[in-house]
Amino acid sequence: MTANRLAESLLALSQQEELADLPKDYLLSESEDEGDNDGERKHQKLLEAISSLDGKNRRKLAERSEASLKVSEFSVSSEGSGEKLVLADLLEPVKTSSSLATVKKQLSRVKSKKTVELPLNKEEIERIHREVAFNKTAQVLSKWDPVVLKNRQAEQLVFPLEKEEPAIAPIEHVLSGWKARTPLEQEIFNLLHKNKQPVTDPLLTPVEKASLRAMSLEEAKMRRAELQRARALQSYYEAKARREKKIKSKKYHKVVKKGKAKKALKEFEQLRKVNPAAALEELEKIEKARMMERMSLKHQNSGKWAKSKAIMAKYDLEARQAMQEQLSKNKELTQKLQVASESEEEEGGTEDVEELLVPDVVNEVQMNADGPNPWMLRSCTSDTKEAATQEDPEQLPELAAHEVSASGAEERPVAEEEILLREFEERQSLRKRSELNQDAEPASSQETKDSSSQEVLSELRALSQKLKEKHQSRKQKASSEGTVPQVQREEPAPEEEEPLLLQRPERVQTLEELEELGKEDCFQNKELPRPLLEGQQSERTPNNRPDAPKEKKEKEQLINLQNFLTTQSPSVRSLAVPTIIEELEDEEERNHRQMIKEAFAGDDVIRDFLKEKREAVEASKPKDVDLTLPGWGEWGGVGLKPSAKKRRQFLIKAPEGPPRKDKNLPNVIISEKRNIHAAAHQVQVLPYPFTHHRQFERTIQTPIGSTWNTQRAFQKLTTPKVVTKPGHIIKPIKAEDVGYQSSSRSDLPVIQRNPKRITTRHNKEEKL
Amino acid sequence: METAPKPGKDVPPKKDKLQTKRKKPRRYWEEETVPTTAGASPGPPRNKKNRELRPQRPKNAHILKKSRISKKPQVPKKPREWKNPESQSGLSGAQDPFPGPAPVPVEVGQKFCRIDKSRKLPHSKAKTRSRLEVAEAEEEETSIKAARSELLLAEEPGFLEGEDGEDTAKICQADIVEAVDIASAAKHFDLNLRQFGPYRLNYSRTGRHLAFGGRRGHVAALDWVTKKLMCEINVMEAVRDIRFLHSEALLAVAQNRWLHIYDNQGIELHCIRRCDRVTRLEFLPFHFLLATASETGFLTYLDVSVGKIVAALNARAGRLDVMSQNPYNAVIHLGHSNGTVSLWSPAMKEPLAKILCHRGGVRAVAVDSTGTYMATSGLDHQLKIFDLRGTYQPLSTRTLPHGAGHLAFSQRGLLVAGMGDVVNIWAGQGKASPPSLEQPYLTHRLSGPVHGLQFCPFEDVLGVGHTGGITSMLVPGASEPNFDGLESNPYRSRKQRQEWEVKALLEKVPAELICLDPRALAEVDVISLEQGKKEQIERLGYDPQAKAPFQPKPKQKGRSSTASLVKRKRKVMDEEHRDKVRQSLQQQHHKEAKAKPTGARPSALDRFVR
Repeated sequence: MTANRLAESLLALSQQEELADLPKDYLLSESEDEGDNDGERKHQKLLEAISSLDGKNRRKLAERSEASLKVSEFSVSSEGSGEKLVLADLLEPVKTSSSLATVKKQLSRVKSKKTVELPLNKEEIERIHREVAFNKTAQVLSKWDPVVLKNRQAEQLVFPLEKEEPAIAPIEHVLSGWKARTPLEQEIFNLLHKNKQPVTDPLLTPVEKASLRAMSLEEAKMRRAELQRARALQSYYEAKARREKKIKSKKYHKVVKKGKAKKALKEFEQLRKVNPAAALEELEKIEKARMMERMSLKHQNSGKWAKSKAIMAKYDLEARQAMQEQLSKNKELTQKLQVASESEEEEGGTEDVEELLVPDVVNEVQMNADGPNPWMLRSCTSDTKEAATQEDPEQLPELAAHEVSASGAEERPVAEEEILLREFEERQSLRKRSELNQDAEPASSQETKDSSSQEVLSELRALSQKLKEKHQSRKQKASSEGTVPQVQREEPAPEEEEPLLLQRPERVQTLEELEELGKEDCFQNKELPRPLLEGQQSERTPNNRPDAPKEKKEKEQLINLQNFLTTQSPSVRSLAVPTIIEELEDEEERNHRQMIKEAFAGDDVIRDFLKEKREAVEASKPKDVDLTLPGWGEWGGVGLKPSAKKRRQFLIKAPEGPPRKDKNLPNVIISEKRNIHAAAHQVQVLPYPFTHHRQFERTIQTPIGSTWNTQRAFQKLTTPKVVTKPGHIIKPIKAEDVGYQSSSRSDLPVIQRNPKRITTRHNKEEKL
Repeated sequence: METAPKPGKDVPPKKDKLQTKRKKPRRYWEEETVPTTAGASPGPPRNKKNRELRPQRPKNAHILKKSRISKKPQVPKKPREWKNPESQSGLSGAQDPFPGPAPVPVEVGQKFCRIDKSRKLPHSKAKTRSRLEVAEAEEEETSIKAARSELLLAEEPGFLEGEDGEDTAKICQADIVEAVDIASAAKHFDLNLRQFGPYRLNYSRTGRHLAFGGRRGHVAALDWVTKKLMCEINVMEAVRDIRFLHSEALLAVAQNRWLHIYDNQGIELHCIRRCDRVTRLEFLPFHFLLATASETGFLTYLDVSVGKIVAALNARAGRLDVMSQNPYNAVIHLGHSNGTVSLWSPAMKEPLAKILCHRGGVRAVAVDSTGTYMATSGLDHQLKIFDLRGTYQPLSTRTLPHGAGHLAFSQRGLLVAGMGDVVNIWAGQGKASPPSLEQPYLTHRLSGPVHGLQFCPFEDVLGVGHTGGITSMLVPGASEPNFDGLESNPYRSRKQRQEWEVKALLEKVPAELICLDPRALAEVDVISLEQGKKEQIERLGYDPQAKAPFQPKPKQKGRSSTASLVKRKRKVMDEEHRDKVRQSLQQQHHKEAKAKPTGARPSALDRFVR
């Protein structure tokens, strides 16, 4: 009974897979189980019947089960065949009994006993070995993967890979282990140490540090300002010296020299007052200089100048004078000095002379007259005179006049010199002024360039001539002053002021003239462009004038609107001229327009263009392929066409290409033809890591040439991928280079057994 | 530029000084009463002169403050670090107050970026992505370097500014000449050559030399800055056009019958009989091509470096006498009598594009140096500016009283039109903007009708050839103030010119590369790429790059039964299918959304509308 039930339960189990946990349940309540099972089955049947109503399962045969009444004669149910029967299940009783436990144990023992396996055959063993070896080698080599990857991704590889430490080391490090050996070195180091110069650390010396610390900012600033001032002064002085050196005038240099000599004498006088001993020395020096002068044949009429003057002297009064002057000088210089023993008498004598000469300044004379040297004497007088000027500058001219009157021809050069100096200054100022004028001139000259330049040029020329004349006249005046000072003796002050007076009117004159010039330019310029511009104005259309922008704007808007419309619909109106324009234009314009219209009456430009465009579009469209054979499968002949159905059947429609570029541009025809010649220069195969052309395009869009890049960028963009240093041995990479500890020896045993695989792996490695 | 004296940047302009020095500028509208009483004349207040002719101050001063590229703290590469850490601070121990490289404004850097990031990329693998990242990093770095080197472009363009609200067009040449320095003033001159008829003229690429040819055979070339004549000949034949070849040493002259080439001594080197009855000449400097348009309707390209005719294209539009080149892509623009402008390349037998510009014939065409704008004037008296960036639509239109017979663009985008004996110049807002035709920038009247126009490169000068000779006008702000010393150096010596010639020849661009988009070379030829792929598939019998069909992995514990494998396969397939459907649906939605009219909402009463 129990077995029967058990079998039933098993069957039920096999029938309903979804209720897998049933077998455990049913043991709990048997009475309930009966009814339940029955109900289950009925339900199952019902379900099956319903499902068999569906077409697919209709043929399915009712499966046999023990309890069913309907048994198919065709098939034996194999239900429950999938289940595995466990021995223990069969043995399981309804009630657990201890007698069966031993049997179970025995069964399990029998099960657990193992037999000795057969040894594998040779091929299999080898295969296993290979597998193991491969795994091990792969593991060993996998440690190189990051290195390989890094090297592959590196922008640049420099071989040999191991980098040498740069040999440059800071000087301090070098010096720390270094000792002075040679005497020279020792000497240098001694010096350095003595001066507390930093030997190892090339920073500031202690002195410098201290000074740095000591000086405050303000002090430093002041000092700097001082230095700057000094430098500026120096530069001024240098510039002055240079300027003076450049002056070629001999007269000027003569004057300067004399001035210097005078100054020296004056100083000497002062020195004599203060410090007689030093003055004596000075005197000796002067004496020596005089002797030198005497020895040298300087004023012997043997120089170049003197020779030329000698030739000229025959005809030229001035030259003769100059020669005589020189000769007299020579005499003076070559005069032997008398011993200053009876100086007192002479002093008295000279005093008289001095008194005669310069009655006003008596006190001074006594001191300077120590010899009969008229040269010195003369300079002395001038000295006194200068002192007087210091006291009373306004009296100077008078004084000078007095002197001149007294000393006559001898005294004249001094005045002359002064006048010359003055003249120089004047000339310089004049030059400056003329420069200014020149500055002003270009402006005017620029204006006058157009057509009336010649007149203006002549004007300018005249002006410059005037200027020159003025200059010359002044020169003459100056020279006359020089030569005939007696005439103007009474009014030296006005003479002094004259340059100013002269200048002023002159400048005014020039300015006036310039203005006049400008005005004339104006006239001339105006006369030319005015008619032109008038014509221009008259010719300008109303919309060109500033008061017509409104109308123009309206017009513009209208045009824009129409243009906008054209983009929407390619109508003929699009390019029509707005009517407002025609209304605005004057008669002549209209006539002209009419003429043009008549001229182009025949050809309608827009229609022609549209026609052309249509043709172009048609031509560029991909053509359909018609494969119909007339007369195939139906009647053929003249006047007979294959039927529409047939044609449709055999027409291969061409795929619609991309839209034309000028699809929405009514006024444009853009050729769709490909430029094959240019395409030949394009990239046609995608390189390795790229899968889409746009990816690759992105990498080649930046130009790398030096035309488009800075030099640095160009160099960086074109660095070679691999650089090998010449003269170096490139050794294969080692584990130690990369930082691995293991030596290759320990890895090898497995590898050596399988040489083939190793070679392939090595090849891979070589590729990196 | 030399046209304007340059004051120091921080020093305010010495206006008052200029005023005192300068004479009052005369205006053409002023009456003749002025000279007698300069101050008392009626009219606009003329004693104020704040019309300036000075270089502009750098505009990017405020930009510098605003934004800087400093996403990554760019640490400069230290050459080799010593082991001593102290040595980093330098010997004196002073600290760098501005460590690191100088910051660069983003806008300036952006100018040099060439990767088009607007186009989306398909999903890429890690390896590809790393390559792309490298390319982008390189671009950023190079652009920053280029932006930093902008600092070296020290010169600034000149400009002309009217005193408050004054129209600059009313300023005449004399005023400008008066205001500028002497060197620049000397650049304004007239050559009165009334004998040999209307003149065509051409400046060399460096802007240093000028060649002009009169209708009645007078041909001359000179260094116009120093006014040193190089040669002067009479070819005893009508001269239609004249053009310098790659350097100032060679001259192409379109004569009545044939094209002749002279050297700078006036010696005839070649007579090219294959180019006959040439009306216009254009020289493409980077391709060494001389393009000639002839009366017979042929556009001929002559390779000057090898002396071969590269292409002779029949324009099929009758007589050709309107031609200009696009300096950006070396495409030749021809104007025709049917109002169209056609764009030509020697590689194509048919025009690259045809644009209907005017109702009447086209009289003149000019293209600006960036290749963005084209100005055309036609017999319908209109002057139009077209956008050449793919749309070819007119940006602005303007009717001129007599129509412009000659047009030219300057390097900085000023447009000049010669109308009869008047020259009008229009200027735009900036360098990249089209010239606004609202108001002319300058006007000038010449002694005869205009016959040739060209802006001098690197000088603020416009050369006008007319019946009365040649006029060199001053146009402040016309040209590029900074020149590339290696490319076109106005001050180069003979040796430098020779070296440049060799380099230019080595870098000669093949003629067949001329196309509308000069960056097309940086693109992959997709058509042949796909063709190649197709051929490969045919050859191999399978697609090696195709996505392999899904192969379920074998699973353990009885899960990889055939049924479950099939089930898994089906799952993946279904998923893919669903994706496809989803995408197509989305596209449909997009289309519908686009197609939906945005007009008034439908009302309930619409149903009654018949």
